[in-house]
Amino acid sequence: MSVTVISESSNGALHPVTAQLVGAASSLGGSITVICPGGVGSSDAANIAGVTKVISVEGDCFESYDCVAWSKAISPLVEGDLVLSSSSAVGRDLASSIAASMGVPVVQDVTSLTEGFSATRPIFSGKAIEEVGISSPCAISLRANSFESAGDGGNAEVSSVNVSQDITVAVKQALAKASERIDVSEADIVISGGRGMGEPANFSHLEEVADILGAAVGASRAAVDTWGEIPHSMQVGQTGKTVTPNLYIAVGISGAIQHLAGMRSSKFILAINKDADAPIFGVADYGIVSTWEEALPVLKEHLSDLLSN
Amino acid sequence: MGVAVLLKQVPDTTAKISISGDRVDEASITKWSISPYDEYALENAIKLKESGFGDVVAITCGPSRSAKCLTEAAAVGADRLIHIISESPLDSIQVQSLLSAAVKESGCEVVMCGKQAADTNSGSTGPGLATTLGFSCVGGVTEVSIEGGNASATRLGPSGLEQVEVAVPCVFTFDKGDSELRRPNVRGIMMAKKKPVDVFSAEDLGVDVGDSMVEIKSHSSPPEKKPGQKFVGSDSIPEVVSKLREEANVI
Ligand SMILES: Cc1cc2nc3c(=O)[nH]c(=O)nc-3n(C[C@H](O)[C@H](O)[C@H](O)COP(=O)(O)OP(=O)(O)OC[C@H]3O[C@@H](n4cnc5c(N)ncnc54)[C@H](O)[C@@H]3O)c2cc1C
Ligand SMILES: Nc1ncnc2c1ncn2[C@@H]1O[C@H](COP(=O)(O)O)[C@@H](O)[C@H]1O
Repeated sequence: MSVTVISESSNGALHPVTAQLVGAASSLGGSITVICPGGVGSSDAANIAGVTKVISVEGDCFESYDCVAWSKAISPLVEGDLVLSSSSAVGRDLASSIAASMGVPVVQDVTSLTEGFSATRPIFSGKAIEEVGISSPCAISLRANSFESAGDGGNAEVSSVNVSQDITVAVKQALAKASERIDVSEADIVISGGRGMGEPANFSHLEEVADILGAAVGASRAAVDTWGEIPHSMQVGQTGKTVTPNLYIAVGISGAIQHLAGMRSSKFILAINKDADAPIFGVADYGIVSTWEEALPVLKEHLSDLLSN
Repeated sequence: MGVAVLLKQVPDTTAKISISGDRVDEASITKWSISPYDEYALENAIKLKESGFGDVVAITCGPSRSAKCLTEAAAVGADRLIHIISESPLDSIQVQSLLSAAVKESGCEVVMCGKQAADTNSGSTGPGLATTLGFSCVGGVTEVSIEGGNASATRLGPSGLEQVEVAVPCVFTFDKGDSELRRPNVRGIMMAKKKPVDVFSAEDLGVDVGDSMVEIKSHSSPPEKKPGQKFVGSDSIPEVVSKLREEANVI
């Protein structure tokens, strides 16, 4: 069995989910090749325990994102029977395109994987879980925070490959830069605000808590739709992003079914809402009935006390 | 010229999904709709047609019930309707080979679809289909305009919101945008009922789909959560913070 892992990057560095992909690959046994698109994070990838070798694939086509061009550059380097990527937007694109070029099936957003392969994944926005049997060769994308990370201490050889793949998608203008903040779908902790935040400027209170925790900031659709300052990229829910952090903090969010669809499989949920009957309390592990105006300053103080020690 | 729009029929997003035996109980689903992101693809395709680009060809692949989403598309302006009949669940390769044969049949070089279907939540079809057809692919777009052989699209990519240019042929996968979705008027609904649907089987399209390489073993309900603990007032916060560390182990 040999597995090819497509590494994930964010803001020009290796994303920690890559170690989770390697962890999942290790549990299947066999050799593990990590391909780093654009060469991003290749030396960090080589340090992940269990990695057999790293291929840093470089070329002009990696300067901006073009899914088919990237996949054409990467596909010839794929070795073995299984391609693993993260279930981020780019990870899913690459898994599908590489699978299609190899003529093999792809299964996305897998949350558990055993040899052979048997995989489970949420469907219908988490309203049901599907278990599938899939034979290799195939491509599978894995949901972040669902697999144990491989440790470090690896010492894999890194080779560079230069490709001259043409790019067909040209970026003409950046309209809004991606937030420097960590994306909700990638974070271990997410703190989201809803219409109960009153006005968009109050999201700064959520950002302060997020900074203490190293968390991402998300929002409900009501917040995104009401306030232009809150971009759709922050929206959690059925028509936004699906998140599975270790901790999800919902502040001033009522807990409509469409919001729950995007966050209910978080490991732990903390809700802060002034209405004791808000449906969000039905899914919260810890619910605090309070206004955010009262709760957030106290929360901030106690978290920073705890985390600075 | 023309735009092919891929529409998948899915349980309405408000539908309750229940499990019977070890499968999602389709019979209990009372309302089926066009998958939400596909509606934005359809809206943009109709706008392109209004700007003089060419006909809108709506394509769906699925069981007989899915013909309804073609009629709904016709009611808001789709010109040609293609239904690929398939009764059993298909894997990604099978779906893509059927859809690519239908796109070829339509002659369209611009394909618009959803970034993710509301049932599978996969996001496989757009990039996979583009690869199969040898088209370019731009994902997560909210707006596409076309002039000559060049398309200009607004997309939310890994580096943020961008204006990109791409040569046709291309597949665009749509995200929810700001555009208002049009609703059919009475005349549209009447005309749509009379619009013929071109029905194809896999054989008609010359596709040998073979066996699915992905076997669905079971469906189950998501695990129930144990009831949570509720606290009143901000005085409880020190206790909750310590529980987050000691009990939940998440901070
Ligand atoms: C097809 C469809 C798709 C949808 N997709 C999504 C989606 O992806 N994501 C999503 O979130 N929604 C989605 N929705 C919308 C969803 O139905 C709700 O309307 C939305 O989630 C409500 O957002 P909210 O909880 O922020 O606002 P509200 O429902 O207005 O709730 C505000 C909450 O804040 C509390 N509050 C008010 N003031 C304070 C205060 N000072 N301190 C503390 N609490 C306070 C209130 O008690 C209330 O519970 C979708 C709807 C449809 C029909
Ligand atoms: N059976 C189908 N018939 C028509 N379009 C489809 C079908 N399956 C997927 N699509 C299109 O591809 C998009 C992504 O689907 P998926 O890859 O299943 O998430 C959908 O939103 C549709 O636009």
